[in-house]
Amino acid sequence: MGCGVSNIHFSDVSRATLSAIKAAVLIQRWYRQYVARTEMRRRCTWHIFQSIEYSGEQAQIKLYNFLGYLMDNFTPSSNERKLISHIFRENDVCRDAEWERYFCYKNIEVPEIYSGPHLTFPLTVEQAMGLVEAFRNKKQLHSRYILQLLLETWKLLRKLPNINRISTCQSKEITICGDLHGQLEDLLLIFYKNGMPSLEKPYVFNGDFVDRGHDSIEILIILFAFLLLYPSNVYLNRGNHEDHIVNLRYGFTKEVLTKYKMHGKRILKLLQKIFSWLPLATVIDQRVLVIHGGISDSTDLGIIARVDRHKYISALRPPKRRVTSSAGMSIDSEADEEWSNSKFLQRRASMTYPKPFGTRSNFQNRSLQDFSDRIREKVEDEVELCRRRTLHLEEQNQNDENEQCVSIQSVNSDNAKEEWKQILDLLWSDPMVQDGCIPNEVRGGGCYWGPDVTEYFLNRHNLQLLIRSHECKQEGYEFCHNRKVLTLFSASNYYDVGSNRGAYVKLGPDLVPYMVQYQATSMTRELTVRQSVGRTERSALKVLREQLFAHKSDLLSTFRVYDTENTGLINLSDWAEAVESVMHLGLPWRMLRSQLVTCKSSEGMISYYEWFNELTIKKPQTDGLIETLYRHRSTIETIFRIVDTDNSGFITIEDFRQTWKLLSIYLKMEITDEAISDLAVTIDSNNDGCIDIDEFMEAFRLTDKKNVQEWRTLW
Amino acid sequence: LIFLLSEAMASDVHKKIKAAFKAFDYEANNTVDVREIGTIVFSLGCFPSQADLHDFIAQVEEDHTGFIHLEKFLPVMTNVLLEKRFPPIPEDKLLQAFEVLDKEKKGYLEQEELTKYMMQEGEVFTQEEMDEMLTALTDQKDNVIYYKDVIDELIIDNDI
Repeated sequence: MGCGVSNIHFSDVSRATLSAIKAAVLIQRWYRQYVARTEMRRRCTWHIFQSIEYSGEQAQIKLYNFLGYLMDNFTPSSNERKLISHIFRENDVCRDAEWERYFCYKNIEVPEIYSGPHLTFPLTVEQAMGLVEAFRNKKQLHSRYILQLLLETWKLLRKLPNINRISTCQSKEITICGDLHGQLEDLLLIFYKNGMPSLEKPYVFNGDFVDRGHDSIEILIILFAFLLLYPSNVYLNRGNHEDHIVNLRYGFTKEVLTKYKMHGKRILKLLQKIFSWLPLATVIDQRVLVIHGGISDSTDLGIIARVDRHKYISALRPPKRRVTSSAGMSIDSEADEEWSNSKFLQRRASMTYPKPFGTRSNFQNRSLQDFSDRIREKVEDEVELCRRRTLHLEEQNQNDENEQCVSIQSVNSDNAKEEWKQILDLLWSDPMVQDGCIPNEVRGGGCYWGPDVTEYFLNRHNLQLLIRSHECKQEGYEFCHNRKVLTLFSASNYYDVGSNRGAYVKLGPDLVPYMVQYQATSMTRELTVRQSVGRTERSALKVLREQLFAHKSDLLSTFRVYDTENTGLINLSDWAEAVESVMHLGLPWRMLRSQLVTCKSSEGMISYYEWFNELTIKKPQTDGLIETLYRHRSTIETIFRIVDTDNSGFITIEDFRQTWKLLSIYLKMEITDEAISDLAVTIDSNNDGCIDIDEFMEAFRLTDKKNVQEWRTLW
Repeated sequence: LIFLLSEAMASDVHKKIKAAFKAFDYEANNTVDVREIGTIVFSLGCFPSQADLHDFIAQVEEDHTGFIHLEKFLPVMTNVLLEKRFPPIPEDKLLQAFEVLDKEKKGYLEQEELTKYMMQEGEVFTQEEMDEMLTALTDQKDNVIYYKDVIDELIIDNDI
């Protein structure tokens, strides 16, 4: 063995009696090694979650681009375009009176058996506290009160400027919170530790109140209630998730429709408006800027202050010229429908046309080959950037297109475009280490901005600190750019229990940020390092295995390239390279190997066929089609929710068929008409001509539960 | 010490080291905070003493920025791995060590017993390390450390 510099020679140990001191050293050394390995595992687990999260966002953007492409290239009367055009249409702006009528709550009766909180306006402190208490006890607020609350909120928000300006006068400390993402426990914990908003306790909430967590609507209600109570002491910034199109994918839409079966649609529609009226930024003492995402090299607070922020309903949808008549159904007729029909009957006319859908060959003729090539190119670009960002940083060739990923398809005035970009940058950007400013192609909107841009921006606007959120941080917060930028994230255990802390910031008149960290937990004692890592890790690995499984065919063909002699074996190095080249997640595969691959031949090679068997044991036997569907299940669900124009949770069989056609092109899958019809009929279990989206997605959840039998009968 | 290395072997060791290094390279510029060096060395399967670590850091540190560059780290770490300079503690030795501390041969250690040794003898623990160890290893129900179980549970395949 080596002639190291250790104080203890282990070879001595066997000869002499082990003394207590030597024993202690052994144990200490062993334990420190164990802690280090655990830390390494925690790092890897973190990487996994982040990669998958960003990869999911990429998928969302890709989907959106695909739909945008369809909009660009199909004639207005084509079926495909009709199916999705509504999400690209500007929200029909009507006179305020019409809106108020549509959202009228007065006819909604609150039944006697309702045991939740009652609200009367104007709100009082007791009522706001009462709401917090009620939600803590898992009560739900009645839709009548929600609509009333939202209406009041809307009225207030309309009067607010784009940029809130506040000051820490009279030695008041301002508390700033980052992303909450529907995690009510964290908000309650913040209130518990820091006190609720009041005249003495001003708060700024920096966006992303909704999506992912289970209590998004409750968080909104609480925030809006306090906003109404203390309009000069509670400030809300818009986040990129305060956006109805993003909500379709990330769970908020579903949460509202599930909790409010009767009036969920209206609540969502009203929220659409409210989100667009949320202020975009907050400035404290003219020195500290608080925004959700970040900045770019062109961010100009002067422009931001002047825009009509409510025109920008969704960041994923650039503003259109106001279309006068052809915009479709007016709000009035929707309202009439609402009042007269029950849930099952109220369905907008199907957007399908009487003529049957064109054949697949027709479809092909519409130059979709161009599109698939283009998509491949874009993917290449995205992957390159993603890889660059996560692992190495090489100088990137800036001569390829820097165009935004999101398609802009209407004739915009330059002004509107410019404004839209300003807002997009504010809500979607992330800081980077190097100088400069490049488009954020991982997220698909906003930029990556460097320390030089921060420097320039702060100087130009006479500011000293930029506080933003948007990115999850293990400690709940993180400084960068010479401590001029502070990232603040308030949703603890975001990826899984134990994954990260949350934090909030207190700012006094000295404007020196003081951080408070916390971690919501329902356990009576805190998890040890070992336990929390283990749990989160298991969860991350499960997700990762699913992803690997979903890419089985690609992985297999890549392994075969390395395994020229067809031995079925591949060495560790090659395995890691091959996996990364297929998965594009930028993960440390070598570090993860021992958790992902348990079968190994004696020379340290990996038997990859055996490995696939290992992965497959945890999942049902599938063929290529199901594998692809499983991989894209989030996208599939998103498309369904888009097609479900009236947010009823149902789509017609005909629309369902059309959607599969769309999907088959997007996913480049063969799907025959027959297969689709079979699918449709099977899923429509109660034969009423429409399909319950949740029921459909249930098929994928059953797969998760390894329930092969039940799952097979559904398909 | 002279070694005859095949190219593939050296390349493999390098990849292993780079993978571990990069996990802590937060700014993706091939540097890590010097305070993470211990973790990296340990996670590569080595068992240095505290003195070893100080020496190691002295070798790889060039300025006092508090950051270590990959180009300095790689050759030094490569030698460490190839020479097996900080070999692992065999499992049976570890068990023996616990048994030595367990004077009464109870099969477990009381928290106070373990604390006394860890914080007074050898390469002493900080209070933080001690607290962490106790939380991690103490049996929930009986409030003692069943060292045999602990060892079994926590020896993991180290090959990366």
